Amino acid sequence: MSQATDVSTPSGPTGGLSRSTRPVLPSSRRRGRWRQRIPVIIAVIVLLFLLVGWIYPFVWMVSAALKNPIEVFSSGLNLIPDEPQWDNFRRAWVDAKFGTYLLNTVLVTGFTVIIVVVRTAMTGYVLARYRFYGRRVILGILVATLFVPAGYTIIPVVDLATRLNLLNSIAGMVIALSGGAHVASILLYLGYFSRIPKELEEAAIMDGAGFLRTFFTVMLPLAGPVTATVTLLTFLSTWNAFFLPLVFTFSRPDLRTLSVGMLAFVGENSTDWSGMAAAATISLLPVVLLFVLLQRYFVEGIAGAVKS
Amino acid sequence: MAEATTTPTSSPPGAVARPVLGRTQRRRRTEFWVYVFLLPTIVLYGLFTVYPIIGSYWYSFLDWNGFDAVKTWVGLANYREALADPLFWNAFKVTVLFTVVAVPVKVLGAFALALVLNSPRMPWKGFFRTAFFLPVVTTTAIVGVVMQFVFDPASGPINLILLKLGVIEEGINFLGDSDTALWTVVAVFTWKWLGQTLIYWLAALQTIPRETYEAAAIDGAGSGRMTRYITLPLLKPFVIIITLLTLESTLQVFDLMLTMTGGGPFFSTQVMEIFIYTQAFASAAPRLGYASAVAVVFGLFICLVGLLQLVGIRAAQKARASR
Repeated sequence: MSQATDVSTPSGPTGGLSRSTRPVLPSSRRRGRWRQRIPVIIAVIVLLFLLVGWIYPFVWMVSAALKNPIEVFSSGLNLIPDEPQWDNFRRAWVDAKFGTYLLNTVLVTGFTVIIVVVRTAMTGYVLARYRFYGRRVILGILVATLFVPAGYTIIPVVDLATRLNLLNSIAGMVIALSGGAHVASILLYLGYFSRIPKELEEAAIMDGAGFLRTFFTVMLPLAGPVTATVTLLTFLSTWNAFFLPLVFTFSRPDLRTLSVGMLAFVGENSTDWSGMAAAATISLLPVVLLFVLLQRYFVEGIAGAVKS
Repeated sequence: MAEATTTPTSSPPGAVARPVLGRTQRRRRTEFWVYVFLLPTIVLYGLFTVYPIIGSYWYSFLDWNGFDAVKTWVGLANYREALADPLFWNAFKVTVLFTVVAVPVKVLGAFALALVLNSPRMPWKGFFRTAFFLPVVTTTAIVGVVMQFVFDPASGPINLILLKLGVIEEGINFLGDSDTALWTVVAVFTWKWLGQTLIYWLAALQTIPRETYEAAAIDGAGSGRMTRYITLPLLKPFVIIITLLTLESTLQVFDLMLTMTGGGPFFSTQVMEIFIYTQAFASAAPRLGYASAVAVVFGLFICLVGLLQLVGIRAAQKARASR
């Protein structure tokens, strides 16, 4: 929109670059520039307002987590607590067992990410670089199941998990979660591996590398960017998983993940707002921190869906 | 190449037929590893994605409460019951209504934002993008619980702000009123996922080379005309893909719905996934067979959407090819 206004000045195809080198002209030019800036200023102001609303729920959450339980109700819209109440965090961490839930979530997410990365990389690799019996069938099934909502398959998954003795265990959750739809990751690896020139593989074989060595020491390291994306996307979906951990921990409250624990917490303590807010802050902090540190990869991972 | 084939196989030196043998041996070995590499996916994916999809059909013909070993074959009775169940149709209606409202809001809202953020003269672009993307990475179930409190009729900040501004006289029970509950969740859902669609749009906008705009500027086109005659036509193929990606994600609202409303009040927010969950797990007399039948019908509906998607992508590719 305003991209267009930028270049609409009769300054030629060099656009913004010429602005500094452009000879100083009388006030009419300057007034023109001001007129150009007004839409940008308005846009910034509107966006800032929107932005405040956008992050307000998080600010409110952190603020409530630091208030004392009565203050949450009495202080109205005031976001700054009289005195930070760190006891809320202790209550959430110890009494409401969010320390345990955090550990469970870290374990489930960590193992699931490792399994998913290894398995999708291996699958993507052989699908991209080898012709073998059944290749097309496997590809077909993968694409057909690209989008399957969790709610659709949950009943057979639970029944299967019961029969395999996987229900009510961290290992069971990991296995079920890593078996879920990660087709997009396989396709990412497939696309990347199929673009690597064949000479590289041949050179590795010349040097005496077998199938495994070629994959682990040559091909997988080359796919570093894809591994970063797949790791992040899997991390995100597993950390935020809800349906499966919910039904897998019905009879084992001590194995709950953060998201499931949160629902249980408000079910039992619907009036403890500051405890709820502290628990939510504990749950969201790791993923938000990771996002802020690695946001470029998050954005690229998401954008990849459109580009491909 | 001839020497190379023998190197990985440690066959004894001096054999006459060494190169030929080495090659077939190696091929067989490679084939073996190919299947070994596929094994984890075939086992895990087969058990927890492919089998459940097929299994749903089997369960849908049974009457089974999940605890007893007894599973009674009831044929199509579950399907007949589902199609006659007003609650099933209610869930269907709520799901479709939710989708039909949330998708355009999200796609258009994100597009407007992307246009502004894509402008080269916009300052703090990265900062804005990060902030609008932030809700996307947060855990939906946690956000849902927090939102229950944010929209609380008595002490929730939304109502306090509206009261202070004088917009309303008394607190609105956003989530407790069947007239407003669904729309409140739509609003939160849009807030939660807009950033994702925004990233899609920004990626799409970056495919348009800046020279195109510069050329148009030389020809004297203003910003409005550029948006209309350059940006929009060039984005046409992406419109379909982005709408479909957004649509797909909108069909999965279980986390947010269960934590914000649980399907209530009076079933006004009971989307299909919640209905299935209630029938299968959250009722005193679980009916897994019936829930499976509902899931199958819902799944077929999604398949239909998926088919439309395939047609849509084909159309998009055609549009891109003819460009």
